[in-house]
Amino acid sequence: MSRSISIGLEVNRRPIRLDVAPNETLAQTLRERLSLRGTKVSCDAQVCGTCTVLVDGRAVSSCTFLAADADGARITSIEGLAEPDAGRLARLQRAFVERAAFQCGYCTPGFLMSATALLAEIPNPTREQVIEYLEGNICRCTGYDAIVAAVLDAADEAADDGSDGRTA
Amino acid sequence: MTADRPSMERRSPPPPIGISVERRDARVKVTGAASFTADLTLPGMCHAQLLRSPYAHALIRSIRTDRARAMPGVVAVVTARDLDDVDLLYGHAIRDHPIMAIDRVRFAGEPVAAVVATGPLEAAAALQEIEVDYEELPFVTDPMEAMREGAPIIHPTAGELGSQRGFAEAEGPRHPNVSSVSRHAFGDVAAALDRADVVVENEYEYPMIYAYAMEPYVAVASWGHRSLEVWASTQHPFLIREELARCFGLPLAAISVHVGYIGGGYGTKGYTKIEPLTAALALRARRPVRLALTVEESILTARSVPARIWARSAFTRDGVLLSREARFHMDGGAYAENSPRIAFRTTRRFAGPYRVEALDVEALSIYTNTAPSSSYRGLGSRQGTFAGELQLDEAAERLGIDPVELRRINLLRPGERPWPGARPFDADLRADLDIVAERLGYGSPLPADHGRAICLSSADGGAEPTSSALVRLHADGSITVMSGSAEMGQGSSTVLAQIAAGELGVPLECVHFLHSDTSLTPYDRSTGASRTTTVMGLAIQRAAADIREQLLGWARELEPSAEVRAAPDGVLIGGEHVPWHEVVTRWFGAAGGEVVGRGYVRADGVTAESPLFWEVGCLGVEVSVDRETGRVRVERIVTLGDVGRAINPQLVEQQDIGGAIMGMGPALNEELRYVEQSMVNGNLWDYRVPRTTDLPEIDAVLAEREDGIGPYGAKGGGEASVNPIGPAIANAVANAVGVRLRRLPLTPERVWAALNGEEASDGESRPTGEGQMDGEGGSGA
Repeated sequence: MSRSISIGLEVNRRPIRLDVAPNETLAQTLRERLSLRGTKVSCDAQVCGTCTVLVDGRAVSSCTFLAADADGARITSIEGLAEPDAGRLARLQRAFVERAAFQCGYCTPGFLMSATALLAEIPNPTREQVIEYLEGNICRCTGYDAIVAAVLDAADEAADDGSDGRTA
Repeated sequence: MTADRPSMERRSPPPPIGISVERRDARVKVTGAASFTADLTLPGMCHAQLLRSPYAHALIRSIRTDRARAMPGVVAVVTARDLDDVDLLYGHAIRDHPIMAIDRVRFAGEPVAAVVATGPLEAAAALQEIEVDYEELPFVTDPMEAMREGAPIIHPTAGELGSQRGFAEAEGPRHPNVSSVSRHAFGDVAAALDRADVVVENEYEYPMIYAYAMEPYVAVASWGHRSLEVWASTQHPFLIREELARCFGLPLAAISVHVGYIGGGYGTKGYTKIEPLTAALALRARRPVRLALTVEESILTARSVPARIWARSAFTRDGVLLSREARFHMDGGAYAENSPRIAFRTTRRFAGPYRVEALDVEALSIYTNTAPSSSYRGLGSRQGTFAGELQLDEAAERLGIDPVELRRINLLRPGERPWPGARPFDADLRADLDIVAERLGYGSPLPADHGRAICLSSADGGAEPTSSALVRLHADGSITVMSGSAEMGQGSSTVLAQIAAGELGVPLECVHFLHSDTSLTPYDRSTGASRTTTVMGLAIQRAAADIREQLLGWARELEPSAEVRAAPDGVLIGGEHVPWHEVVTRWFGAAGGEVVGRGYVRADGVTAESPLFWEVGCLGVEVSVDRETGRVRVERIVTLGDVGRAINPQLVEQQDIGGAIMGMGPALNEELRYVEQSMVNGNLWDYRVPRTTDLPEIDAVLAEREDGIGPYGAKGGGEASVNPIGPAIANAVANAVGVRLRRLPLTPERVWAALNGEEASDGESRPTGEGQMDGEGGSGA
């Protein structure tokens, strides 16, 4: 078998060192090596957005992002979205719950991560900006309407509280 | 005329019925904690990969597996010849489908051999070392070609009828590539045609599409001592159990099919798919085996049934619909799967919610050398409604009657029987039509190149009324609801828990819900056809009633001399209020104990007549057409959920909105295509499903008239939007720019070609009538 590469990275605020295969994807590392199975894989080809995680705050498709390239990076997956200590849901998660912005829930982690990146970049997006930003995430159940509304709700609530919208 | 109300007890619903409570699966789904079959690992679990045929039709001369068996990490290499102890054929309608190819492949992509290895990469590497010697045969991938004399015969020996066929075949000789013929006819069509002033006759086409449930097909199988456990992403665990029992010669009780959260179903995770194969691989590997398909493999496992349609409708000059006729050629693919039942449903769904004095519909399910087909949300109704609703607009134009008015003239009234022997119609679609027309602003001025249309649909909903449920009330008052219905995202675990809480007068937090599991939850035929709230809801209502009755009896046993009466959340014993669970502990005379309530639904009482309910659709759209590019944009959608009673209104609206957007796909973009022997766009780069940027403005309306047979007057509604949206978009395009396209999807190229009087160059030209409206289509009478 091919040689392995030693990497150090931070996953959901915890430092981790591990040896990865050169062809190992970040999705495989998270799901198989770290048992963080909240990150789902669907198309496995960077089309559907289901496997989206944050790499240094940027939304990436973990199904095609090599784990070796995550060396030194700060990774946030769906498991790291809620407030770490209280276990309280993040504002976006709460908005998704209230709007029932999911059905089967398979695409939901990816949408939440993309929307987190969106609100970090544009704290008060217009509806058009939300629609544009989330174009890379596919949902087959909801028809997107509740998802877009939930993201706007979370942004509004953050604006009311004067915070950045990323956590509660 | 008044509604012919089903004779059941009516009472105002207790909370939390009618309230949009938080989904039970909300917290786990937004935190990534929800466990799907794709997330499962078992100790010692191995991974399987499949070698698939590159040919559409070929004989397998030999398969060499010795080099693959010697590869690192390989646990087993399996072909059909290695499974002589397994009954390899399955199929609930026709037993024609081998779990792996036996001596012959019938479509490009058919599994021919499998490798089980310690890891998926090891399995994939070993697949490369398998050598298959094929002898190519003539193939046919077009359903009309397959019907010709001299066409390659795909199943030289007809398969036995399966146990879940569910309908009678039409009589008469048929081409050997026709897997089933359904016919639905009544009245005197010839007499109706004689009397008609206007007859509309045309050909239509509904495309081959893919549902794209985002969790691809996945199963894990593990053998015990003469027992089998299977974890599957499935809507029909009990029907899978039946197939597994037959394939492996096991009693039903020895098989456990466990269902976790399901990453999308939409019908495509109905019936049996990869589960027997996974179990066979685990049998040979002597280890638990996981088989997880890619999206590309999933498309080759179950695409939808397309239809070529001839249809004719006859009207008086006043717009009264006299008769409808249609003939559907439906491409079921290499194996029958559910296509015979889909063809059957099509014959019941084509006429729509309209009164006709004569009907003659025939639907043929045809074998071709293409991927097997499966159910997909709105099966049969989408195809039939497309032809039927286009014909109404074509007729309206020739009659000089507004299309909405033409529909209003002919809509069935509540209580009318759509055909002799059918359940009386249980919806007030005139009222629904008025609501949608008003919300859509029907008739108000439009910008240039914008158009509107409203379409309706009616489907025989609910499938078979075969369900059972258990409700357990524990010593602390908490409740376990045990239902075989699968939670696939539609919210059934929330709605069914609401019904249990309402019936027993306990807070929703006290109600817990088990995932569907054939070894734990009692039999439920299937999750599909929008049946769960109605059918399983009734079973749970009856299980709760059984609990109440038992506890009243126990209270009387405890206090024979006292007056015992029921209260909403317990019993009154001589004026003392005793909660349910205290009756339990007092009766057992112990700190523990429980009462088990049983609820059954069969074809009896309110569920005696077929169908269980009429699943109606009434949907309006406004579109705009870019004349330069031919691109159609859906600007607005008005959905209407006529569900009798919304147990959870938010979830019903979500069904309607989700269904509408899902249905926009095949209306505008989606179509799987075959070139030569292969599907050429069976992947997500080339097959585009709707994205956020396609999202129009949506107005979701509910109409609750308590006219269903389900709990509190509920009836199903999961397919209400997906069925009429295809024709609504096509009719709105005609309204906008005057071209009537009778073939979906309305791709920019097809629309542009029609606008410019040219033929679209995107493949074979078919007589499906693309062109200017003036002077084409139909024959006067």
